[in-house]
Amino acid sequence: MTSKAENQARFGVPVDSMVFARGVRKSFGNAEVLKGIDLNVPTGSVACVIGPSGSGKSTFLRCINHLEEVSGGVLLVDGEFVGYDLRHGKLYEVNNKLLCQRRADIGMVFQSFNLFSHMTALENLIEAPIMVRGMSKGEAKDKAHALLERVGLSAKADAYPRQLSGGQQQRVAIARALAMNPKVLLFDEPTSALDPELVGEVLVVMRDLAESGMTMVVVTHEIGFAREVGDQLIFMDGGVVEERGEPREMIANPQSPRTREFLSHVL
Amino acid sequence: MDRAETQAPPEALTVVPLRHYGLWVGTAITLVILGLILKALATNPAFDWPTVGKYLFHPSIIRGLGQTLLLTITIMVLAIIIGTIVAIMRLSPSRVLNAFASAYIWFFRGAPALIQLIFWFNLSLIVREFSLTLPFVGTLFTIKTNDVMTPFVAAVIALSLHEAGYMAEIVRAGINSVASGQTEAAGSLGMNHRLILRRITLPQAMRFIVPPTGNETINLLKTTSLVTIIAVNDLLYAAQSIYARTFETIPLLIVVAFWYLFVVTILSIGQHYIEQYYGRSDQQQGASLGETLRRAFRFGRVAQPA
Ligand SMILES: Nc1ncnc2c1ncn2[C@@H]1O[C@H](COP(=O)(O)OP(=O)(O)OP(=O)(O)O)[C@@H](O)[C@H]1O
Ligand SMILES: [Mg+2]
Repeated sequence: MTSKAENQARFGVPVDSMVFARGVRKSFGNAEVLKGIDLNVPTGSVACVIGPSGSGKSTFLRCINHLEEVSGGVLLVDGEFVGYDLRHGKLYEVNNKLLCQRRADIGMVFQSFNLFSHMTALENLIEAPIMVRGMSKGEAKDKAHALLERVGLSAKADAYPRQLSGGQQQRVAIARALAMNPKVLLFDEPTSALDPELVGEVLVVMRDLAESGMTMVVVTHEIGFAREVGDQLIFMDGGVVEERGEPREMIANPQSPRTREFLSHVL
Repeated sequence: MDRAETQAPPEALTVVPLRHYGLWVGTAITLVILGLILKALATNPAFDWPTVGKYLFHPSIIRGLGQTLLLTITIMVLAIIIGTIVAIMRLSPSRVLNAFASAYIWFFRGAPALIQLIFWFNLSLIVREFSLTLPFVGTLFTIKTNDVMTPFVAAVIALSLHEAGYMAEIVRAGINSVASGQTEAAGSLGMNHRLILRRITLPQAMRFIVPPTGNETINLLKTTSLVTIIAVNDLLYAAQSIYARTFETIPLLIVVAFWYLFVVTILSIGQHYIEQYYGRSDQQQGASLGETLRRAFRFGRVAQPA
């Protein structure tokens, strides 16, 4: 039995699950930031996460690709623990090489773009495919050009991040994540640092991705995007999932008073 | 106010600059002092320019210059390597590595270069010989400290360990200047620690590391003159050997100063191009070469008043 199938049987993970969380906890020192998060993101679906500042949305995303270690619970990506291997009922921390391989399959897009500032857009896109995946330079460049075209920036291949607008930088950052052929893409408030008129161009790219069948977990304050693109909506508050549901229904008719209050602020 | 004047079209108004009398007086005094110095340089027989010309390309002076350059380059390369390693240890999460690196910097940066130099040169007073002895095989080889610790080797060890203390701090500050989001983004792409350091962090840190490293190199070039004390045949030592015989002290010191200034000029030009290379993602026009040289020697107007 593969470890994936074993994990799925053991934890009751649906077969088509890409990201699966059960009772995920995370503490920084004495402060418990995540207090048992449950989530299932089926392959090819989009989960949108909303919630007030400090509710633990970023922390949860960072746990998914093991930028933060979880303190408890089960968190599987494509049926596997990212930072561990389960053997004989124990979780063994995986070595660095394996961790890096698994992380390479999980794309992440940051609020502050985090493009490598000493590299051009093209160099940003080919760096990890060449250095991590061992792709040839020619192949990586062909792929990078195709991706830049896809996000509408083929003219900016040789521009440095400083020469790009925020919206353009974020689109390059999305293309950079896509260059690794990730199984799932995590977005941490990808449009929050943008001027209002630049938000649209990034959302268009994300919507296109969702329609092409990419599995996505999106932390966002763009309720319109969540309603139209999301397959499920999660409202987090104080480190727990306060309410979840089908986006249209939940936005139109929130059950919890906390959700109602939060939505009234962002709508 | 005169009516005609207030109604004049704006382009007809002339600007009368404020007169900076203080600046004029200062400039005049400076010019007088410069004149006096030039006169002394030209007429005082002690400067003896023909002798300066005679020794400028003297074989032993050129050999000394070569030795000085070799020392500077060797020491700087070693210092950059050791300094980078110490800086990485200093930033590592391991307490032991961290403490070791701090102690290294504290000691080798703190103890005077001259004392470290004399210490290494006299290492044989502490350790007479090095030998490698394996169980069952016996002693493989033995070398006397005095045979290895030539003045040149002592100079290289002492000054590179000393300089590495400074370089470690420069590299550490450079690495710290790189935003943490860069490391995170690289990590999320599956890059490991070493790859991130080599491909992401260090190249970006270079922009902050290069300028102070250029200053360190220029400083080191001059610090190497300390090695005359342990009889390394460097530029100053070559000049001293000559004037010890001929008593042409001042002309030979001028020769030495000329060569140091010459090399510093070359280094400043090199530094300019390296800075431009690492700053290319900034895309603002780099300072012109003339600008850099002016800054290096602090002539001309350095800072524009805001
Ligand atoms: N590395 C850390 N060390 C200590 N505390 C942390 C750390 N990272 C996050 N926290 C704390 O965890 C809590 C949740 O942070 P998190 O960034 O996940 O919130 P968020 O929901 O993403 O908020 P925002 O909408 O402002 O981004 C906050 O109280 C924060 O102070
Ligand atoms: Mg956040």
